[in-house]
Amino acid sequence: MSNVHNLQNDPEADVATESVLLEAVNLALHYEMQHDASVVVLGEDVGTNGGVFRATSGLKEAFGFKRVMDTPLAEALISGLAVGMATQGLKPVAEIQFMGFIFPAFEHLFGHAARMRNRTRGRMTCPMVLRAPYGGGIHAPEHHSESTEALIAHVPGVRVVIPSSASRAYGLLLAAIRDPDPVVFLEPKRVYRSNKQLLVNNGEALPLDKCFTLRQGKDITLISWGASITETLEAADQLETKGISVEVIDVATIKPMDMKTILMSVARTGRCVIIHEAARSFGVGAEIAAQVSETCFLNLLAPVQRVTGFDTHMPYFKNEEYYLPNTLDIVAAAEKCLKDG
Amino acid sequence: MKSINTVHSTDSFNSDFSSSEAGHTPLIQFELDYIQFINEHGNWVNDQPSFATEKWLVDAYKHMAMNRVFDQKAIALQRTGQMGTYPSSLGQEAFGVAIGMALETDDVFVPYYRDHGAHILRGHKIEDLFMYWGGDERGSATGPKQDFPVCVPIATQITHAAGAAAALKIKGQENIALVTIGDGGTSKGDFFEALNVAGAWQLPMVVLVNNNQYAISVPRAMQCGAPTLAQKAIGAGIHGIQVDGNDVVAVYQAILEARHRAKQHKGATLIEAMSYRLCDHTTADDASRYRDNDEVKQAWEKEPIKRLQTLLFNLNLWNPDKEQAWQNECADNVDQAVQRYLKVKQDTPESMFDHLYQDWPEAMSEQLDLLSKKIERMQD
Repeated sequence: MSNVHNLQNDPEADVATESVLLEAVNLALHYEMQHDASVVVLGEDVGTNGGVFRATSGLKEAFGFKRVMDTPLAEALISGLAVGMATQGLKPVAEIQFMGFIFPAFEHLFGHAARMRNRTRGRMTCPMVLRAPYGGGIHAPEHHSESTEALIAHVPGVRVVIPSSASRAYGLLLAAIRDPDPVVFLEPKRVYRSNKQLLVNNGEALPLDKCFTLRQGKDITLISWGASITETLEAADQLETKGISVEVIDVATIKPMDMKTILMSVARTGRCVIIHEAARSFGVGAEIAAQVSETCFLNLLAPVQRVTGFDTHMPYFKNEEYYLPNTLDIVAAAEKCLKDG
Repeated sequence: MKSINTVHSTDSFNSDFSSSEAGHTPLIQFELDYIQFINEHGNWVNDQPSFATEKWLVDAYKHMAMNRVFDQKAIALQRTGQMGTYPSSLGQEAFGVAIGMALETDDVFVPYYRDHGAHILRGHKIEDLFMYWGGDERGSATGPKQDFPVCVPIATQITHAAGAAAALKIKGQENIALVTIGDGGTSKGDFFEALNVAGAWQLPMVVLVNNNQYAISVPRAMQCGAPTLAQKAIGAGIHGIQVDGNDVVAVYQAILEARHRAKQHKGATLIEAMSYRLCDHTTADDASRYRDNDEVKQAWEKEPIKRLQTLLFNLNLWNPDKEQAWQNECADNVDQAVQRYLKVKQDTPESMFDHLYQDWPEAMSEQLDLLSKKIERMQD
């Protein structure tokens, strides 16, 4: 984390540093707290310990305990506090330590944060961010590996944002904090430390509600988000060596979703594979497939394919590799899609 | 002995927003019992209870020593990549062992995740415990039929314990549901909700709080403004007591009293066992980031095993030869369990579909086919 701390001393430094996704989260939090006194951070172990993954490292030292609060161990409380703070002019960025423990927070997120603006006809709003590391692949204990983004995406009034790289983590987290509505910001912990990217700490946000086209192609569209982007890009590389031109879309904001970018791409390529780590049924992939069939049916050259986890519990880690979508799965699905057409 | 009705907070939020003095001013005055039988120097400080015979004391010591050997091996397995993240019970052996010894066969044990000593006494094979923390669901497949598996989501288990206690009461079964929880867990709504119903329904539930002073990095004073956790019982209308959690006799005695109360249909008991987490939260944690070494050094002076060993030495019930022999036996037992654990064949990938429903839903068959194709690709 040495880069983060150097920049922390000189937050205006417009220099590019090599950062991983985790450092990008930390950097964005530092930047926004420096520039907006209404931003506060709260959660379990976020202060003195700097978060169990160190995402909030250095914040308490830099901004003090009134803006970086170690809360009692209670997720319902954390999200409820965030609602209370957000309605009173603060911008809370609350951490749920692992997504597996987010469920008590749902009461406040769904029952209050998501509908406060609507039910008060705009009088009261909830500009809050709930951050949570999510997903499998790190050999974690039970309840530490699930991907339940679809549960949240199903509820109106909430944004669900998932970065897949350091630069998107930085820009999207800034956007999430600045957004006037509640945002659930899910961090794919499997790639927290995997790829370094050159990052300029200039406070520039990326747009929410926009997909990112990571690679342009004309034969097939691969659509994913979060950690699975890694395997999706690997699969695209392998397909390219076979002479297939692959478009890769990182959905990034799951809800509300930028269907326009997706539909334009699929209408052009006529082929589409959706990749996600979450269970297969009733997921975000199903929503994309439904909208593709509603809008692009006549442009499709082959049935839409999904590469997903199974409708089982995320297996405990000895067998988790058999659950997680891998590069071979994506290549196989893409080839099936290409052959079918 | 009575506990002192004050709390001192250290760095932070609570001290800043209260009056000029750090900490909280109690709103009402009350006293809670605090029980201790063997102090940190290994001396009796209370009348020796009748259950604590020479044999009982030696057994308790042996179980605690075994617990610690298991713990060290579990950490070694994790450090060498042969097991996953593991929450050590170092320094809290009296807690787990007293529970394991106090539970009766037909009681319902509802554990959290740091009760290894109790699990061993409850009949779990050591290799099964390794298997669980090694990322294999089969580690939860054994043990008494009515006991709950390890519970990871904080405090959720206590509402299940209330339900289990209600079931015992409805069935007219004279047992208890004994649930464990950490000091951090007492901050969750589940904790209050379960205590509340235990009071309202006078449930045969015994709640053991392992107050080891830290919820990962958050110290006890930052968790709750009340001077004790035991006093949370008062608001719920159940009995509350503090015990020296490093004194296996005190923890056992408190459970006995709680069982007696439950049997007389006088309701539930909250036992706050005062201990100290001498280890990191788990093998994924580094406690040196948030607490002083001096504090840990001082806590070592009060750890549970040494004091009982001193007592046994002084009573001529134990000696260095017996100690060496027992340490060797524990090491042998645990090593053999490690060998059995390492020989367990990894469960098949298809096993993730097992035990999902009692009856196989035909709609799931397509996914089983998808998995077979995936496995073929991975093996190519």
